[in-house]
Amino acid sequence: MFDALSDRLERISQSLRSRGRLSPADLDEALGEVRTALLEADVELSVVRAFVEAVRTRLDGAALSQSLSPGQQVIKAVHDQLIEVLGGTTLKVTYASQPPTVILLAGLQGAGKTTTAAKLARWFKQQGRQPYLIAADLQRPAAVEQLRVLGSQIGVDVFSQSTDPVSVARAGLAEAARIGRDVVIIDTAGRLSIDDALMAEVKAVSGATNPHYTFLVIDAMTGQDAVQTARAFHDTLELSGLIVTKLDYDARGGAVLSARGVVGRPVVFASDGEKLENFDLFHPDRMASRILGMGDILTLIEEAERTMDKDVMADTAGRLMAGQFTLDDFLAQLTQVRKMGSLGGLMKMMPGMTKDIRKAADNIDDRDLNRVEAIIKSMTKAERSNPTIIDGSRRTRIAKGSGTNVAAVNQLLNQFKEMQKMMKQMAGGGALPGPLAKLAPMAARAQASGQMPSGLGGLGGFGGASPTLATPKGGGGKKKKKGGRVTPPKNR
Amino acid sequence: MITYVLIAVVALVVLGLATRVVRARRRPAAPLPVAPLPEVLVEAPVERPNLDTLEPATLSGRLSASRGVFDRIRSSGIRGSLTNDQIELVEEVLLRSDVGVATTTAILEKLRSEGAPEGLVATLRQELVALLNVGSSTMNSVADDGRVAVWLFVGVNGVGKTTTIGKVASREIANGASVVLAAGDTFRAAAADQLAMWAERTGADIVRGAEGSDPGAVIHDAIGRAAARGANLVLADTAGRRHTSSNLLDELSKVRRVADREPGQVLETILVLDATTGQNAVSQAREFMAAANVSGLALTKLDGTARGGIVVALAKEFGLPVKLVGVGEGVADLRPFEPAAFVDALLDA
Repeated sequence: MFDALSDRLERISQSLRSRGRLSPADLDEALGEVRTALLEADVELSVVRAFVEAVRTRLDGAALSQSLSPGQQVIKAVHDQLIEVLGGTTLKVTYASQPPTVILLAGLQGAGKTTTAAKLARWFKQQGRQPYLIAADLQRPAAVEQLRVLGSQIGVDVFSQSTDPVSVARAGLAEAARIGRDVVIIDTAGRLSIDDALMAEVKAVSGATNPHYTFLVIDAMTGQDAVQTARAFHDTLELSGLIVTKLDYDARGGAVLSARGVVGRPVVFASDGEKLENFDLFHPDRMASRILGMGDILTLIEEAERTMDKDVMADTAGRLMAGQFTLDDFLAQLTQVRKMGSLGGLMKMMPGMTKDIRKAADNIDDRDLNRVEAIIKSMTKAERSNPTIIDGSRRTRIAKGSGTNVAAVNQLLNQFKEMQKMMKQMAGGGALPGPLAKLAPMAARAQASGQMPSGLGGLGGFGGASPTLATPKGGGGKKKKKGGRVTPPKNR
Repeated sequence: MITYVLIAVVALVVLGLATRVVRARRRPAAPLPVAPLPEVLVEAPVERPNLDTLEPATLSGRLSASRGVFDRIRSSGIRGSLTNDQIELVEEVLLRSDVGVATTTAILEKLRSEGAPEGLVATLRQELVALLNVGSSTMNSVADDGRVAVWLFVGVNGVGKTTTIGKVASREIANGASVVLAAGDTFRAAAADQLAMWAERTGADIVRGAEGSDPGAVIHDAIGRAAARGANLVLADTAGRRHTSSNLLDELSKVRRVADREPGQVLETILVLDATTGQNAVSQAREFMAAANVSGLALTKLDGTARGGIVVALAKEFGLPVKLVGVGEGVADLRPFEPAAFVDALLDA
């Protein structure tokens, strides 16, 4: 039901090919698909209209790039436009010269305000600040209790009284100033935007505390109503930005675009998981790809370039291809990869992942990775470079040292051996065995559609299955020679 | 598990290599002209169009109008009865209510092909009511002899499961049932406290476990207590969960199996949906149906500005009936679902 926009446009573009310029009729058809895709992604209708018109202006009469198919050209225009809308203006959180910096969170019931308050506090703590939480949600039963529990998990004090929200906020601010906290986050009661009494309450809290920032917390699964919500809050509170939550769900998250489109304030933070660490600054490019239903390969590549140590990568990647991959290298890679964020999230960003892998990625617990790290770090240098010397007594020692058990150590060693085998085969130009073979059909499809930098061969399924916009097409042969270590998946 | 980790790491390494190659081979694409977008895309308040502008609002007026349409259809054929403007207006109303593109398109197709002999609004109403008329909209509370009826409430985070249970408890107790609440949400901080407050407010019995304890065990205990005390209904809360996580869905399947074991009998599994939810509800319904055999929907927060049109799509696609409607935070703000009234609210501006 939810065809990714990229797929839809690719289908149309069959008929559009080999023309230098989009004719008005082609453009109408393509923009019709854009409209449907945006609506299916829950972007609000009037925002869709304004957006489609802006894309039309971008594309109208523009000469088509030689390296992109017309469909890709349209996607690129939509993608760029999305990034412009979502990221055009950004908000950099600055701290008040006279602390505390006061932040007010508002939003509908169930959007995730209380959890967001705790996550935000944790984020500020990581920035070296001393946050303080004020529980001014006296409406929902047990909301205060929930914030207390979360606060104790992150080691941030929570202020509350059983008076009224305005007094709580006032007293909390005074307390924060007294004990010298420099960031204060106020959690307010969830409300339905039409509820005048509650809107008046949040307004009173805002008036009493005079916050430096007021953020609207918005659920990524929200439908057309996002516009009404955002406008109602903006009219009442003068928002400084948006925080989008529940991005770990499979919703396209068009609500973000709707809200952004009607209030003209940037999305500042995004939350993508239940755990308190699943929270970070918002990335417009990721959201753009998500709304379009594309894999997020460009972000992934850029993110990799930004966070990974290039020398380490090049070094170990070279050894990997040469078939001399040691546990040390693996650990180095793992550390690099983890810098980019949760592994499950990363895998989901890779385009062309099968449903099974997506599901598995969802269930990857990053704590498992801690265990893997601990096990490897409990090995001696000699053991890491030559795991075959690890005998029973060494295994017991490693298990003890890492706080795991022998079974876990065995599992890791076995898997690593498998991986080494795989690497060797890859290096020797053989077919991919084991789990990677599952990726073959996908890679083959990508290969067939001619979009893949095919030198990546089997593994290229990860890298090339998306209509990677800036990847020139049809360079297969040349590239294959360059990286011709891998059998092209077609042959399997 | 570790297999996937390894795959991911290897993939990323290769990706790293690919990056350089791709970068090097990237030809600068012809720059597209940049049309600067205004900060605010949509300045004017969004007004839902009023269908009544199509036809006079009064009943007699509507009747005469439909008579007029009927006459026109006779004279000009069925297609002539609906103009493109009318169709577009209907489309806009439906899309703005979160009915969704696919369902809206289907309804429009039908309107186009069959016309609207009784007037556009009336025909649209009929069509929507017919779509919503799937399955029974009442909750089944009659368990087999010697068993305790269990209603299980499932859904994603923050849709109002716990609140809905509180309201259902209040209603059922007022109707003379003796109710035990099972605090099966052992994940969210203070979820059990929230349910305990509802138990206090409504006078229901409650069974709760420690935070992080096994939800199946809590529900099992609640059923045991209900059986021992002769209570006839257990309302089981579950933790809000992502419908994309197979672990969490497996846990839910297990909870349902445990609850359905003697002396418990799961008579209803209610997927609680927030009326503000957009098209993602389709995906939620699909996954929860597969995991927990959902028997109906509870639509919460319908007192906001959202209209909950997504239930039309769910009724059409999965045949899921709406069984409960929540319109506020008070104990009494729970209504039975009436398709006709719901459709009226959906269509009226």
